[in-house]
Amino acid sequence: MALQRGKYPFLLALTVPGAVIYGYFMFSPYLQAMWISLTDWGGYTATMNFVGLDNFRRMIADPQLLTALRNNLILLLVVPVLTLALGLFLASMINVGGRGRAGAVTGVRGSSVYKVVYFFPQVVSVVIVAVVWKYVFAPANAGGVLNNALEAIGLGRLAQLWLAEPKYLIWVVVIVMTWSFAGFYVVMFSAAMQSIPRDIYEAALLDGSSRFTTFRKITVPLVWDTVQVGWVYLAIQAMDGFALVSVMLGTGGGVEGAGDVLGVKVYREAFTPPNNFGYAAAIGVVLLLLTLAVSLIFMRILRRERVELA
Amino acid sequence: MSRSTERTTPSGAPTRRRFLKQIGLAGVALGPGSALLASCVSGSTDEPDDEAAASPAGEITADNPLGIATDGEVEIWIFDGGFTDAYAVEIHEPLLQQRWPDLTIDHHKAVDIGAELQQRFVAGDPPDFINNSGDGQLDTAQLIANGQLADLGPLLDAPSWDDPGKTVRETLVPGTVEVGSRGGVCYELNYAFTLYGLWYNKALFDTNGWTVPRTWDDMLDLCAEIKSAGIAPWTYQGLTAPYYMNWPLLTMAAKQGGVEVLKNIDNLVEGAWKDPSVLAAAEAIYRLAENGYFMEGTEGMEFRDAQAAWVQGEAAIVPAGSWLENEEVDLITARGDEFQIAYMNEPIIDEASAALPYETLRAKPSTPYVVPADAAHPEAGMEYMRAMLSKEGAQGFTNMVKSFTSVLGAADGVELDAPGLSSAKDAFTAAGENVVNWLYPLWYPSMESGDAGNDISGATFKLLKGDVNPEEWADLCEGVATKWREDDAIQHETHA
Repeated sequence: MALQRGKYPFLLALTVPGAVIYGYFMFSPYLQAMWISLTDWGGYTATMNFVGLDNFRRMIADPQLLTALRNNLILLLVVPVLTLALGLFLASMINVGGRGRAGAVTGVRGSSVYKVVYFFPQVVSVVIVAVVWKYVFAPANAGGVLNNALEAIGLGRLAQLWLAEPKYLIWVVVIVMTWSFAGFYVVMFSAAMQSIPRDIYEAALLDGSSRFTTFRKITVPLVWDTVQVGWVYLAIQAMDGFALVSVMLGTGGGVEGAGDVLGVKVYREAFTPPNNFGYAAAIGVVLLLLTLAVSLIFMRILRRERVELA
Repeated sequence: MSRSTERTTPSGAPTRRRFLKQIGLAGVALGPGSALLASCVSGSTDEPDDEAAASPAGEITADNPLGIATDGEVEIWIFDGGFTDAYAVEIHEPLLQQRWPDLTIDHHKAVDIGAELQQRFVAGDPPDFINNSGDGQLDTAQLIANGQLADLGPLLDAPSWDDPGKTVRETLVPGTVEVGSRGGVCYELNYAFTLYGLWYNKALFDTNGWTVPRTWDDMLDLCAEIKSAGIAPWTYQGLTAPYYMNWPLLTMAAKQGGVEVLKNIDNLVEGAWKDPSVLAAAEAIYRLAENGYFMEGTEGMEFRDAQAAWVQGEAAIVPAGSWLENEEVDLITARGDEFQIAYMNEPIIDEASAALPYETLRAKPSTPYVVPADAAHPEAGMEYMRAMLSKEGAQGFTNMVKSFTSVLGAADGVELDAPGLSSAKDAFTAAGENVVNWLYPLWYPSMESGDAGNDISGATFKLLKGDVNPEEWADLCEGVATKWREDDAIQHETHA
């Protein structure tokens, strides 16, 4: 009874400090960015002029913004699909894909090594990932790994100046992003697959189900919750891409700005002359709304009945 | 100076504060956080320290022409880039300390000047002296428009460090004050002096009996010869900085058509990029692309990789400024006697009709230093500049970082142990009065580069890749110039 009476002060004492810190450090900058997006602030002064929705109007007539937006959409649609497919495939090979020895459900040989190796990109800083991949795509005489490899296996005519061609840039980003994200999802899906009761697999094996059918009918449905979380998370990551693009392609978004993404566009507007923090903040607000909308939509589409594991 | 009035927002206009107050009233849900909102990013500097930017802190005397507080302090920020900050710590600061032993020097260095100091400007509490360089440099144009940089007039009119009979202004290389001025007021001291041109390996040329070409036809003949020897005649700074090729292009245009050509470009005159001499220079550069004279893969390279290939002898000629030798010093040293870096003038297009002689070169005062108007001790920041501009300060700088300074005659008699710089110095002497420069990249930085390809750099890159011909290139450049001409939000400058 004593606890009952003192419940509210106690709960408030626990929650209010957190709410205050969150409000001050997380929520207030959002509000402030929204306010800045309505001004012509240049970033160096304490005063700013209110310009209404001018910054938002300006976006409509900004072709570079459309390029960045298009690239973000490509990332949003392609990267999660590739990453999740790759993650699911590799995780199922590691955990349940092995040819059963005496009927046991295990991963392929050496799976514990693969698990560690796949996770490597996740522990390497994104800046290093970007610099390393820049040299993968460099010209052969500047140490380009890909072009040299193509030449070594006799496919030299496929060699390209990958980073000099506007049309390749966003796909380069797609590949690098997928590569660097996949390992994390392998580990995440592995954890989910470990919690699937083995007897379900054994039953499937007894019924003569192939590995692909097992994957499709058992593994995927039973880890769908995790896939869904991963999908939302990936969508949010794909809306960003700032660090990777700015290091690998430069803050100009690469040749002709063809690899631009919204985050880099925001950076450029704000921090290169003629600095326009107001416009940058406006793009930031749009990016925020887009990210919110995308995560809501993804959560809706992917909702499915939860399977009760017995 | 009544700073506090300048900061007041016009009444009626909704200020950020009023807005936040309204949110605070309406948004009870925010709880205690809302009260704190008013002190975030850009808040609360309506009451600057009024003693800042007031009259000099000390007494103005013949020895102390700027009137610094001799027992005061000075806060110095140096860009930690290619020059590092050693020249400040080991040469300029001791020089200042020697004359003013009681002065406290508060030294800082930063790689990203803007990131470190932007908030200090917003808060109205900037340092006394800033070396505003590097990728993260502060936007000078905007700082000037906001009245946040000090007029360097007092410094320029003060007696120089070495000779009280001469003002600081009289000790500077012509063009220095012009480059640092906007609307006729000098806000920026450009200390380093950069020579631009083409660079080659003299050892390689001597071995093969190649000579430096004087006209563009000679250049094309030489390129054919170099190419047949299995070496790429040219390279440039790849996809990182194709605008390096703008420099020989515009220098050659100026040699052909005279300085008016450059002034028209700087003044955003319609048709400036379609001037016959500019087109002729673009045509000349385009011939390199057409004939495959650029090193294979150049357009896909990082600038340092392209320069490294040049040092390794894969390419013969590269455009750059006089920092190149310092930038690639490790690679150059590693090649020993096989590599002797040397400076080459851009060839002239047509000897008979050229407006300026072959020896003409582009020299640009660079590496800007500023004193913020709201600094606590602006006069001390300028006194530090005065020390930098002393003969000893300038010679020390030239010796240490292998770069010229904008101090007249400071490099005379300095034995340069850098062969590249030394050959550039000879070219500079030969040029005499025929020194050109263009200012549009200074006034409108993202017009040259940084506008996601919708800039001169993007146009030139297409020309170098052979994607566009010179006429189409000129159209692209005109488009860029039109965009800047019609942008009313920016301050337009005039190259007189």
